[in-house]
Amino acid sequence: MAVTAGLLAAPIVSRAQQIVPAQSDIAFVGKQLGVPVDGKFRKWTAQIKFDPKKPEAGSVSFTIDTASATIGAAEFDAELAKPEWFSAAKFPQAAFQSQAIKGLGGGRFAVTGTLTMKGVMRPVEVPVQVVQAGANSTATGSFTLKRLAFKIGDGDWADTSTVVDEVTVKFKLSMTGMAPL
Amino acid sequence: MALPNPNFNHRAGQVALRYSAPAIVLHWLLAAAIIGSFSLGIYMTELPFSPTRLKLYSWHKWAGISILALSALRLLWRLSHRPPADPPMPAWQARAAHATHGLLYLLFFAVPISGWIYSSASGFPVVWFAVLPLPDLVPVDKALAENLKLLHKVLTLSLAALVLMHVAAAVKHHVIDGDGLINRMRFGKR
Repeated sequence: MAVTAGLLAAPIVSRAQQIVPAQSDIAFVGKQLGVPVDGKFRKWTAQIKFDPKKPEAGSVSFTIDTASATIGAAEFDAELAKPEWFSAAKFPQAAFQSQAIKGLGGGRFAVTGTLTMKGVMRPVEVPVQVVQAGANSTATGSFTLKRLAFKIGDGDWADTSTVVDEVTVKFKLSMTGMAPL
Repeated sequence: MALPNPNFNHRAGQVALRYSAPAIVLHWLLAAAIIGSFSLGIYMTELPFSPTRLKLYSWHKWAGISILALSALRLLWRLSHRPPADPPMPAWQARAAHATHGLLYLLFFAVPISGWIYSSASGFPVVWFAVLPLPDLVPVDKALAENLKLLHKVLTLSLAALVLMHVAAAVKHHVIDGDGLINRMRFGKR
């Protein structure tokens, strides 16, 4: 008991930040025959414990509801949940967990971690820019992944002459409670 | 009804003037493109969601924009070059023929433009031949897209009806009246 109490009493290195959902977005852009196809996830959660002064001690994790993927056209949205794409019934969640965060100066950070989608785990490196205004901090960034590495768009859709392999993931996280840069 | 009048003297009855070579080329090129794009449009909408469906939708849009561009060229040519004179016919038929041609030209533009706006409103920009991104004519608006889909369909069916009328009238002139009308739009033959 004493040990537990001691742990609880220990100073927390970085407090968790509160996400402002209305001003945050996780979006993706793919291309089919040259046409950009924009989508986003409507349901996700993020746990961010990050002190810009001690980036290496920080931690970032995301849990994304794969069934909430939408590109704003009913015909496409119904497809995205199917086994060929996110297979939402079998893999309801995609996740990201950071392993290391490096400060690059000027509010820029390099976050490396593991992205898990459709049962496939891959390392990713994500550049992040943090901008602060008053109590609010906004983290933005994007990275490109290969959808076929995660078997997203399997079967007939694996033919990249229609839908390209590269998908750019873009995010904007608005949060409160971050220590100043 | 399909047999030509055996007593008709083709040489003497033939309309002397022909359309110019560019007008003839544009006529047949656009006839093929419009019939092809129309058939593709009917076929693709019946397909289940698949890479083939997406591919055919893109091809249909590329064809539509090509038809729009060629129609602009054709209209400029038509306005700057006199077509051959009408063969002898009652005044009402001449008026009907000219009205049909006017409406056909109008729809050569209205059908592809309505498709382009429909695509814009649906949130899928048109990228011509997967290379040239065309501007969105309207912002994304699902309710507007539904109306534009209907408009594109109605305009297309009107064009199809006029094309059938145009073909029927040309065949009637050529075969029943025996006035050699179609020779004006034929390749090669003088």
